[in-house]
Parts: sequence; structure tokens; C-alpha cells
Amino acid sequence: MATPVERPTAVRSAARTTAGPGPDGQRRRAPRLRLARRNQGWLYAAPTALFVTVFFLIPVLLVAQMSLSDWGLFAGNRGFNAPDNYTDAVGQRLFWPAVWFTVKYTIITTIILIGVALGLAMMVQEVALWNSFLRTSFLVPSALGLASASLLFYALYAPEGGPFARLLSGLGIGDGTVSFLGSPNAALWSTVAVIVWRFAGFYMLLLLVGLQGISSDVYEAARVDGANRWQIFVHVTLPLLKPSLALCTILCITGSLLAFDQFYILTRGGPDNSTITIVLLVYNIAFGGRNDLGVAAALSLIVLLALIVINVVQFTALRGRED
Amino acid sequence: MSTMSRPLLATSSRRVLTGALALLFLFPLVWAAVASVAPQPGTAQVDGWGLGNYARLAGYQAGLTQYLINSVLISGMTVIFTLVVSLLGGYAFALFNFPGKNLLFLATLAILMVPYATLLIPLYVLLNSIGLQNSLVGLALVLTMFQLPFATFMMRISFEAVPRELAESAYVDGCGTFTALLRILVPAVKPGLITVGLFAFLAAWNDFIAPLILINDSDKVPLPLAVANIRGQVMGVVDYGATEAGVVILALPCVVLFLILQRHYVRGFMSGALKG
Repeated sequence: MATPVERPTAVRSAARTTAGPGPDGQRRRAPRLRLARRNQGWLYAAPTALFVTVFFLIPVLLVAQMSLSDWGLFAGNRGFNAPDNYTDAVGQRLFWPAVWFTVKYTIITTIILIGVALGLAMMVQEVALWNSFLRTSFLVPSALGLASASLLFYALYAPEGGPFARLLSGLGIGDGTVSFLGSPNAALWSTVAVIVWRFAGFYMLLLLVGLQGISSDVYEAARVDGANRWQIFVHVTLPLLKPSLALCTILCITGSLLAFDQFYILTRGGPDNSTITIVLLVYNIAFGGRNDLGVAAALSLIVLLALIVINVVQFTALRGRED
Repeated sequence: MSTMSRPLLATSSRRVLTGALALLFLFPLVWAAVASVAPQPGTAQVDGWGLGNYARLAGYQAGLTQYLINSVLISGMTVIFTLVVSLLGGYAFALFNFPGKNLLFLATLAILMVPYATLLIPLYVLLNSIGLQNSLVGLALVLTMFQLPFATFMMRISFEAVPRELAESAYVDGCGTFTALLRILVPAVKPGLITVGLFAFLAAWNDFIAPLILINDSDKVPLPLAVANIRGQVMGVVDYGATEAGVVILALPCVVLFLILQRHYVRGFMSGALKG
């Protein structure tokens, strides 16, 4: 709507930029400053608007259209076919196993990760040189990418000659070849270990922020009332830490539900398709053999919808408890 | 004496326990660095210590140098695009009023709501149709879009933290809004720019799924994909040595950047908490 006005402004401001701020009559523009700045606002926001439109809004519309069309990876758009893609996506042999596995992985990861992060945060919360060394050690893994961390553990998990396999055989468990990724359960727990290693420090940092917000007076009052350390933790620290814990839970659940890199690198969904997550299934349908972008689009829209519902539920549940 | 020694004992046993935990976290990284140069059967470094694994990585397909160049180009472009777009966008959102401002800001933040995979499928089709398939520029543009929610938000609050009089007085003195931005405001929002740039670099350097979907040409893939590909290359046998060397090269810039900037990073988090 601002386009007719915007164009002269664009030209003018471009001219001014190249000419530099000359002394010639700049002050005379002062009364028009507000109007000019109004349009210049759009000019500065234009790159953002362009990016958001081309790489976000149009793709969202496109994925909706794709989910309603027969759309092959190489064949392209072959016309409207709704609701075939949706029934096909839900009817996939691996759909329900993938949903179940993703939920199971999310629950396990969230509980362990937040438990470990809380323990670490309690351990290092006091300001001391030794604690800052500990904090740094716990945080270094979060500098790595998830793919790098997965590749690193892939080597650590080497069944023959890998350090973990040697350690276990040294302890008399296994005979030198231990398979960390070979059975469904081992693969799940081995992947959870990577995630805990990579993210514990990050969530520790978020919880430390919350711990710092708790005034020492509250602890003092509890101690005067004769509470022991466990009682203080349960009745003082945990309730006051709830906002930070809620943030961590939401981040962790959302991230785990969308897990991809770690499973793509460590297990490829194996053994026997036992570690296929929903996003891995989307990828496999789109690019890993079936080459059906329409069904993949439908499935990924189902994921988007489920995620919105889950987040709304989480927000209302957490807000409800805060009151 | 006994009253002194008991807390001392407690401190030292706590130190042993917590120190062991810290080592547990550091162990994988240290092990990767050591194992990448240590002798190991089934790798390019069988006898004695040396850089055999790195040499194999250097000679793998398009060569380590090519993958490093790809990664540097992708990260560099992503950082530059993100900085330029979010600098201008943050300036607009913080200091100007224009129709549709709030709507555009909300739309930018909404990018966070949509899963990566949901967007990458249509983006694959979209980039194909505008001739950016299989291109590092296209990939960098997509990675920039994923950075925009955080970057725009960060730059907006950075500009809002600058006293308004600073910009106003520059306008009154006859500076155009762009000159005022370049000369007066950019120095004031430099910490925000550093944070945005750092996050954009780390995200682009480490990203895996976007290049996996958007880049088909094996000579154009960035380092994480190349290292993931090399594993099963030699007659189906996994080359763990080359994997370790690849992980070291991938992790090194991230760990170094983290150690240099950790004060800045940790303090940023902490001060954010005090404000919130």
C-alpha cells in the first residue's frame, strides 16, 4: 500500500547515501522528517519482508498445496489429489511405530536431560574458581554441532577397538565386541547419551539463570525455620525454579519431537526400522526412496499441527499451575 | 585441627567427584583429538603416531580443502546476509513506525514455530524453480531465513537499548537516517551484531539437514555431510580414523570460538535473566 510513496523516497535516500550528508539545505527537511521516516521504516524493513515472504510465507503456502497434490520428487506437480496424501501418510506401515518411538524418545530424553542439567546447575551454582572450571567443562560440548557430536559418538561406539567397547571388555562385559547401536534398545540409549552429553551444559546454563534469580533471603528463612537441605530443595528451590524448568521442558520436548541428525547419523533408523523418528520418516518418504513430496508434505503438516497443539497444551498447563 | 580438617576433607572429596564428572564431559573431545593421530588398525594411520587420517581426509573425493571452502563460503554468506538483514530490520523495528510493522515482526518470529523439515520440502521445490537448486547461495539464503527470528529480535532490542536522543540528535544535525545508522548507531549496537554473527556462523557451520536436502552435488556439500559420507566409503568398512579427524576439524573452530567468547556468551545469558 505504501509503494507509490515509497519509490521516490527510495530514490531520494539512495541519492543522499551516495552524495553523503552535504550541508546543502538538510535542515529545511526537518518538518517533513516524520513523514519521510515513516516511509524509510519500510525501506529498512524491506529485506526482512522479502526474506520472510520468499523463504517462509510462500513455502508455507506451497507445502499446503503440495500436501493436496500428487507431487513426485522428479515428476513435479501432477495435480490435485486430496485427501490421498493424508490417508497415505497416516496409513504408512511405519507411521505409528515412528510416532510411538518419537514420543518414547522424547519422554526419556526430557526426563534424563533436565534431571542431569538440574543436578549440574545445583552443583556449580556457587561462585568459585573451581565451579567456573566445572561450568566450562560441562558447556564445551554445546559448542559442537549436533551432527559433529553424533559423528564423534559414532566413533566412540565403534564395536571393535572403540574406547567404550574396550572399557566394557576390560570390565569383563562382552568379549571385546560390544554393539552399542546393534539392538533397538541399545541404539535408543546410546543416542540419548549423545544428546545428554551435547545439551546438559546448555540446559544447566538456563537453570543457573533461574537459580540466580532466587534471593538468598528465602533460603535463609527456610534454614531458620529448621528445613534440611532436601526440604529446601523440594519446597523452596523447585517451586521458585518453575519458570526456568518450564522453559527447558518446552525447548527439550520440541527439539526431541523433531529429532533427525542424531538418528540419521547414528542408526539411519535401524536396526529393523526400530529408531525411525517422525522427521526421519518425512525425509525417507521425500528423498530416501519413495520420492513422494506430496505425502511428505502432508506428513510434515501433521507434525506442524501436532507441535502447535502440544505447545498450546504445555503453555496453558504451565500458566495454569503458576496462578 | 580436627575442625579444620573435616571441611578440607569434604572439599577435596567433592573436588575429586566433580572433577571426575568434568573429565567425563571432556573425555569424548580429548579422545577424538588423540585418536585422530594415534595408530589404529583399519585406518590410514596403522603404525606409529601421525597425520595419516588427515591425509586420507584431504584426498577423499573432492578433497578436504574443497569441503572446507564450501563450509566457509556457506557460513560466510549466511553471516553476512544475517547481519545486513537483521541490522536494517532491527533499525526499522526499533526506531521507525510504519504500517504493518507488528505484523511483519510477528511473521518473522513465527519462523520459529514451523519445524525445519516442514519448510525444507517446499524450499527444495522453490529453489529449483528460481534456479537456485544445488547452489551454495541458495543454501545460505535458506540458513539466513532460519536465523532471522533470533537475529531480528536481538538487533531490535539492541537498537531499543540505545538512548533515543542519540539517533534524534543525529537526524536534527542533518544526518540522513542511513548515515546516522552507519556513523552513530552501528558502533552502539556492536555487541548485538557480534552475538548475531556468532550464532549465524555456528548454525551455518554445523547445519546438517538443510544441505542434506538442498545440495545434491557431492562436490558442493559442506564438511559435516562430507565427514558423514566418508564413513562407509572404503568397501563398506567404516573408516573410524577419518571420522575422528573430520570431527576434530569440525569441532575446532566451534570450541575455540566458544572458549574465546564464553565470558560474553555466559554473561549475556545471565544479564538477560536479570532483565526478564
